[in-house]
Amino acid sequence: MKENGNPYKPEIATVEDTWYETYGDRCIKTLKVVLDDEKARESWGHRPGQCAMIGVLGVGESMISISCSPTEGKFLRFSVMRMGKVTQALHELEPGDKMTVRGPYGNSFPVEEWKGKNILTIGGGIGQAPLRPIIEYVKANRGDYGKLTLIYGARTSGDLCFKGEFEGLNACSDINYHLSIDVQEEGWPHYVGFVPSLLMDVNPSPENTIAITCGPPIMIRFVLENLKKLNFADEQIYTTLENRMKCGFGKCGRCNVGGLYVCKDGPVFSYDTLKNVPEAFA
Amino acid sequence: MDYKKVSKDKFGDFIAMLGKQKKLYAPQKEGESLKFMPVAAGSQPVLAFPNTTVPPKSVLFPQTETLYRFEQGNTDISLPGEAEEGVLLGVRPCDARAMAIVDSLFSWDVDDPYYLERREKTTLLGLSCLEPGTNCFCSSMGGGPASTEGLDMLLTDLGEAFLLQTLTEKGEKINLSVQELLEEAAEEDVKFAEKLSREAAARITRGINADGIPEKLPEIWESPLWKDFSESCLGCGICTFLCPTCHCFDIQDEMEGFEGRRCRMWDSCMFSEYTLHASGHNPRPSRRERTRNRVNHKYSYFVKNFGKIACVGCGRCINLCPVNIDILDILSQVVKEAI
Repeated sequence: MKENGNPYKPEIATVEDTWYETYGDRCIKTLKVVLDDEKARESWGHRPGQCAMIGVLGVGESMISISCSPTEGKFLRFSVMRMGKVTQALHELEPGDKMTVRGPYGNSFPVEEWKGKNILTIGGGIGQAPLRPIIEYVKANRGDYGKLTLIYGARTSGDLCFKGEFEGLNACSDINYHLSIDVQEEGWPHYVGFVPSLLMDVNPSPENTIAITCGPPIMIRFVLENLKKLNFADEQIYTTLENRMKCGFGKCGRCNVGGLYVCKDGPVFSYDTLKNVPEAFA
Repeated sequence: MDYKKVSKDKFGDFIAMLGKQKKLYAPQKEGESLKFMPVAAGSQPVLAFPNTTVPPKSVLFPQTETLYRFEQGNTDISLPGEAEEGVLLGVRPCDARAMAIVDSLFSWDVDDPYYLERREKTTLLGLSCLEPGTNCFCSSMGGGPASTEGLDMLLTDLGEAFLLQTLTEKGEKINLSVQELLEEAAEEDVKFAEKLSREAAARITRGINADGIPEKLPEIWESPLWKDFSESCLGCGICTFLCPTCHCFDIQDEMEGFEGRRCRMWDSCMFSEYTLHASGHNPRPSRRERTRNRVNHKYSYFVKNFGKIACVGCGRCINLCPVNIDILDILSQVVKEAI
């Protein structure tokens, strides 16, 4: 069988650095990895919003969103929640260890179309991982976009990812961030409550604004309702879907929502598209 | 069109010659089931049957196949060697049409090298279906007992001989390689074959008018029919495993000592694990949603993506369902409700 062009054959990558974002049963670890093959590294070229199939030989593969922007450098970042066999094996990787990577898969946030617009991200829990690349991309191309507003919540302060990255945002006048946790903790200076109500509290204007939301299905449902209350049009609202996947390019069958495949037609969808798709929010 | 004939007394030699050039697969019994298996020298395949239990997809898209191998602690990935040249003898026209359907999926945007390489190197010799089974409904799905789509050659049993209709270049190569056994077919032979297949078509008793079903399905998304028809479902997945157009698969790693392989295996949308998220959330949580997805995928989503229904009317899902769920009953209800 030909070596080249086999879409199932992964690249080998080396783990450069790892750190925990959150702790506990469903802890989240970020892996910073670099593809071993120089040509593959140069031609990788992912766009914000895309995913990759990452794995450990002998254990398996999982589809994980790429949580860095290509503007950050020639490396990849994956923030992985420990849930099952493969994510457990990924958590056990140490700097210097090898893993498999194939992709990038799926469409991406239409960053060209969004030029000149304000960007609002609304994330919950691990849902911040697919949002991080668009945030970093907008930060790196600051002149091309208007105001950047981040709304992000998790159950507890310990469940928030990328915590260290929010403080620095204060220095920029046109970037705002709003954090929330479900229940008050000692010394918590931000909002207490669920993300959909934080959204109403922030009360962003829909004018010339794109809203992107990622998080648990129940949060997305209420965020969509509230965005409608704030007069966001369906075309101004974007989300990323995730479903179980095995191949990543429309063959294995399982990630479909209606006639769309999340791996091919998504993971980024406008609400305008999804509102007519059966099972999109199932 | 090129027609030849091979008499029955030379058919053993015909099979032997096919097997000498390429790896020959033909229907053979394995326990209770009939499936395409390599033909050992001197053995006789079964060529009288309504259809095989297992469709010929099992040769081109094996139930389990190795994507690549590796060793523990080593990152060298070794891909399997080249696929062998093969011939499938005795493919029913419905199953060949199914292959043409699966082709569009496996070459959709990204080529699937495992399936496509084998497909390219395999010649399909069809066998006209002169005794359709009780639940056959190929004529409703655009096929027929002597449909040629997807085939390289079609054989028709004339009684004393087989009529050979060569359809493609691959078929022509087979033709040339066995030409010493062949004789010219007379016009009467061709006419007789046509008569036989017409008679066979007339014996197909089941069917449905499929016009409009793709458009009707989305309209009855919330219909109680999905619950009604799935209530007795055991979730065994036989309707999908033995469906000639079902192509869904899982990818798993397997270790044996220090030797490992990443392989793919048939999977089924009728299994709850198929869509189960790591979080425990399942977008298709019950058999109602899974049955609805299976039917919508075949008769609506696939049509949207590829312009054809992903069903050839082979009737296997009806014949083999342990609780007698009947796809034609479901489709009839769809038609009834969407008016």
